Amino acid sequence: MTTQDQGFLTQGGLSESPSDVDAAYLVVDHLSVRFPTYNGLVQAVTDLSYTVRRGQTLGIVGESGSGKSVSSMAVLGLHNPKSTRLEGSIKVGGKEVVGADDSQMRKMRGNDVAMIFQDALTALHPFYSVGHQISEAYRIHHSVSKSVAKKRAIEMLDRVGIPQARSRVDDYPHQFSGGMRQRAMIAMALVNDPTLLIADEPTTALDVTVQAQILDLLQDLQREFNSAIIIITHDLGVIAEMADDVLVMYAGRAVETGPTKLILTHPEMPYTWGLLSSVPDVTADTEARLIPIPGNPPSLLTPPTGCPFHPRCVHKDKVPGDLCVTTLPELAAAQVGVQHRRRCHLPDPESVYQTEVLPEIAPDLIDPATGEPIAALQEIDMAVLEAVAADNRPGVVSERQLRESGDDQVRPDQPATFSKENEDRHP
Amino acid sequence: MLGFLVRRLASAFLVLVLVSMAVFALFFLGPGNPARPLCDLNGRCTPEKLELLTEQMGLNDSVVHQYGIWAKGLVHDRQIDFGPTYDCQAPCLGISYSTREQVTTELKQKFPATLSLAIGGALTYLVVGVILGSIAAKFRGTSTDRGLVTFSLLVSSVPFYVVALLAWIFLSLTWKIFPDTSYHPITEGVGPWAWGLMLPWLVIGLTNSTVYARFTRGQMVETLSEDYVRTATAKGVRRNKVLFKHSLRASVVPIVTLFGLDFAFLLGGTVFTEYIFDIDGIGNWGIRAIRAPQDFPVITATVLIGAFFIVIANIVVDLMYSVLDPRVRVS
Repeated sequence: MTTQDQGFLTQGGLSESPSDVDAAYLVVDHLSVRFPTYNGLVQAVTDLSYTVRRGQTLGIVGESGSGKSVSSMAVLGLHNPKSTRLEGSIKVGGKEVVGADDSQMRKMRGNDVAMIFQDALTALHPFYSVGHQISEAYRIHHSVSKSVAKKRAIEMLDRVGIPQARSRVDDYPHQFSGGMRQRAMIAMALVNDPTLLIADEPTTALDVTVQAQILDLLQDLQREFNSAIIIITHDLGVIAEMADDVLVMYAGRAVETGPTKLILTHPEMPYTWGLLSSVPDVTADTEARLIPIPGNPPSLLTPPTGCPFHPRCVHKDKVPGDLCVTTLPELAAAQVGVQHRRRCHLPDPESVYQTEVLPEIAPDLIDPATGEPIAALQEIDMAVLEAVAADNRPGVVSERQLRESGDDQVRPDQPATFSKENEDRHP
Repeated sequence: MLGFLVRRLASAFLVLVLVSMAVFALFFLGPGNPARPLCDLNGRCTPEKLELLTEQMGLNDSVVHQYGIWAKGLVHDRQIDFGPTYDCQAPCLGISYSTREQVTTELKQKFPATLSLAIGGALTYLVVGVILGSIAAKFRGTSTDRGLVTFSLLVSSVPFYVVALLAWIFLSLTWKIFPDTSYHPITEGVGPWAWGLMLPWLVIGLTNSTVYARFTRGQMVETLSEDYVRTATAKGVRRNKVLFKHSLRASVVPIVTLFGLDFAFLLGGTVFTEYIFDIDGIGNWGIRAIRAPQDFPVITATVLIGAFFIVIANIVVDLMYSVLDPRVRVS
């Protein structure tokens, strides 16, 4: 335990190695995206920082309007500069994106960074053949003849598993099925072997069998090219399958971040609990009801004061005073696990989760006699915690970024790794 | 595809039959005797003379019977009797009262002038309008955009004949930039043909281009916010290419629809233009026919030719859809 504590401190608080940030391919630093409208300023993304390294998959989760897509579209500079206020910094492979001119952006778009858009039917041009659209993407960044580019398009379609790619290459998007369109979209995004791939809900419109195939495909391609992947989704199943790390967003801010295994097993932010409770459990009783998050996502025109989640938070009575309403919690080190951070005032979220939330969302995992998690779960949990503790990868939010936010204080009363106290709970 | 074409042609034919019936009925059910203008054309029209003409022309027969004879003339040669007897070869649309020429012969003479006017004018407004509209869409919200939209509203708020008259008075008569505005058949050389029609083309083109500019702008602003246009930007396509390839390509279908119908309308006779610039085309011919003494066979012919082009244009536009939009292409 002691060595691990030191390991964390060495890595985080004391001497942050510069390679930590340098190794990250994408560094988003204190990014704010705001849209002036007639009704006021829409604060779509506020003070968002994260990093993604090559070979890493970061999952960004959150409800519609939480800023997931807006923040990743900013990486490609897809917001109209006239109607968007961008602040902060986005560095792709060391190059600054915010404020870059169109010709610099053009070289990067589709080449270093490619995006898979959500709905392939509307994201593909209805009047151009699939092959034309893929080879166009290739020819922008490679000076090759049309026939060479078309060969490349066929090769890509073949690779994403389109049967008879040679004859389907001249088809129009409407002649493809939903799954094939999504594959074609992926083929188009991958045609230039991008270093960073942003997949915005790539499987939302697809049935589950096709969904699994698409996710496998992305993983294969990541292995092949050591690409960085950002997967934007509200499907925690996809996150569990794909992501190494998770960034949970709410009202344009990061509210919880950490290794996927930890976020799914030891979430410490009531909003993340809400997301987990909303997942249907196939093994559960058919009479069991899903537990939705009460209320609606907040208005981004007039975000709530204090913690943005407080109007919907059912646990805010456990926080002394009106801290939730008045003060924005910092993205502080969580109780359990290295590199796990959350924005919450709850003094002991871990015990609230174990004693109140878990029994409600997964009653079959709780021993009715003792009120403790069943033995099998405890075993799995220990394995997860050990695996996470042994993992010394840098966090999603770099230590430098946290220092600059003033979010870096490791509270003396709450050690930032799983502590004696936690060990007591998981003997 | 063939079935579609046959169905469309059949319904087009039906529309033309109905139009011809309507026009025919209007003249015969309207006030006054259709023989009257003809009677007026030959010196003093006495009641006896009028009665004789009415009898000769078969106007005492039922309208249905007369329509039958008229319609039969479209496929068979027939003879027309108004005092002297005239041979009218199929397709026979009658004999002009004023010139005593076959209407179809006159139509063939007048049509090339109207066709020339329509082609040049329509191409001018299509090209100018689409370019201005695209530019306005590209710079939407800026002063360039507002300037173009305001200018376009100003131009389209002035009646066409005022613009045409002013252009003729100043550009042709006073400043002599286009001294000769008249129709020379293209067979006499492309130069004189184009130069003689240049001013009418510019007048038709520039005044109508405002409609196309605003329409194109609207379409482009809409397609520019489409997901697939964003995809093109995300691929790294240049801004101008995003605009003039991806966005314009998606806007082209409704523009072609509008253009097809407008062009057909022009072919039916560019009335004001021909009148002001004194070009002997379908429009001028029709106007002369309407003025007393009315030339009924000519009026019928001009109405029918107008309807014919509108109906054909509709079919052509529908066929164009399947060329332009792969989603409606019938395999």
